[in-house]
Amino acid sequence: MIVAERKPMEEILSMIEDANRILVLGCRGCTTVCCAGGPKEVQELATLIRMNRKQKGTTVETLEASNELQCEPQSVGPLLEKLADQFDVILSMACGAGVQTIVKSFPDVRVLPALNTNFIGMAEEHGVWTEVCVACGDCLLGRTAGICPMTRCAKQLLNGPCGGSMKGKCEISKDVDCAWQLIIDRLTRLGRLEVLEEIYPVKDWSAGWHRGPQKIVREDLTS
Amino acid sequence: MNNFEPLIAVFSCHYCSYAAADLAGSSRIQYPPNIRVIKIPCTGRVSVNHILKALECGADGVYVAGCLEGTCHFISGNFKAKQRVQYAKNLLSEINMEPERVQMYFMSAAEGAKFANVAKEMTETIRELGPSPLGQNKSE
Repeated sequence: MIVAERKPMEEILSMIEDANRILVLGCRGCTTVCCAGGPKEVQELATLIRMNRKQKGTTVETLEASNELQCEPQSVGPLLEKLADQFDVILSMACGAGVQTIVKSFPDVRVLPALNTNFIGMAEEHGVWTEVCVACGDCLLGRTAGICPMTRCAKQLLNGPCGGSMKGKCEISKDVDCAWQLIIDRLTRLGRLEVLEEIYPVKDWSAGWHRGPQKIVREDLTS
Repeated sequence: MNNFEPLIAVFSCHYCSYAAADLAGSSRIQYPPNIRVIKIPCTGRVSVNHILKALECGADGVYVAGCLEGTCHFISGNFKAKQRVQYAKNLLSEINMEPERVQMYFMSAAEGAKFANVAKEMTETIRELGPSPLGQNKSE
């Protein structure tokens, strides 16, 4: 899932300073799962905004709502067609893709992000998320025992550990596991260590985040 | 300001602090009439939104009263509440409200006197802080 965090209240409050009617719009997708922008967090943020305004002796009108998936135009369309022109600002609690989906569908509406989108990650436990994928566009997990060296190796090495790997930890921090130690340990456990002896073509780095904005077109799905 | 009577919402656990409140009553222990007790099955049920809502709706302070640490009927509800109270305090700081307006207390069902003392302590704390900056308590 995409993992995000709420921006500091100071930043959010300064962005909406001149708005008196605010639609706080959550997303029931990734940001609900990472407890950053679901219905609960929408209620929390809207309450804080109202409380802040009350302290200043002014009022603000807020509406709390959530979409199924804010990155899907079909999901935001029906709700916002009815509501968009009634508000000064839509404060989106989705990831960057959600914010931009609204921007594209409703060009006349002011949309602001309430979250910082951090990474693609997984939940270690409730309240703890770690980055596990950098969306490199050329997945290697099939030959690295399901452990991603692109994300978890500080040098993004593809052929084994570097000299900075010590007792299973990376030289950048004693709290960071050496990805290649994990890969070798897991391949050993699976009895598939010989996978590392295969010679692979050079990785296609152009498919990753180093290039410009990517687009996927599926001819069978487009109309 | 001198006549300020705080309004305090108490989220009180059915198994411990609510029973302690009962005991305080049946023992004829006096405590300030400023608190409004909301009985809940476990303090683990209290979410940050409950606390914020209470403040938004006019409470000058809110406290959560759960079982003694390690004795929660649902094992860890009071620890969860403690973390959420801390989170709520952080949120209040973010909007420049005094975090002391929200507190967490622990007590057993046998501690009627402690329930009364906590009510007095919290009332005094909020009296010193003054009315909520949200300006809704009309009892001043």
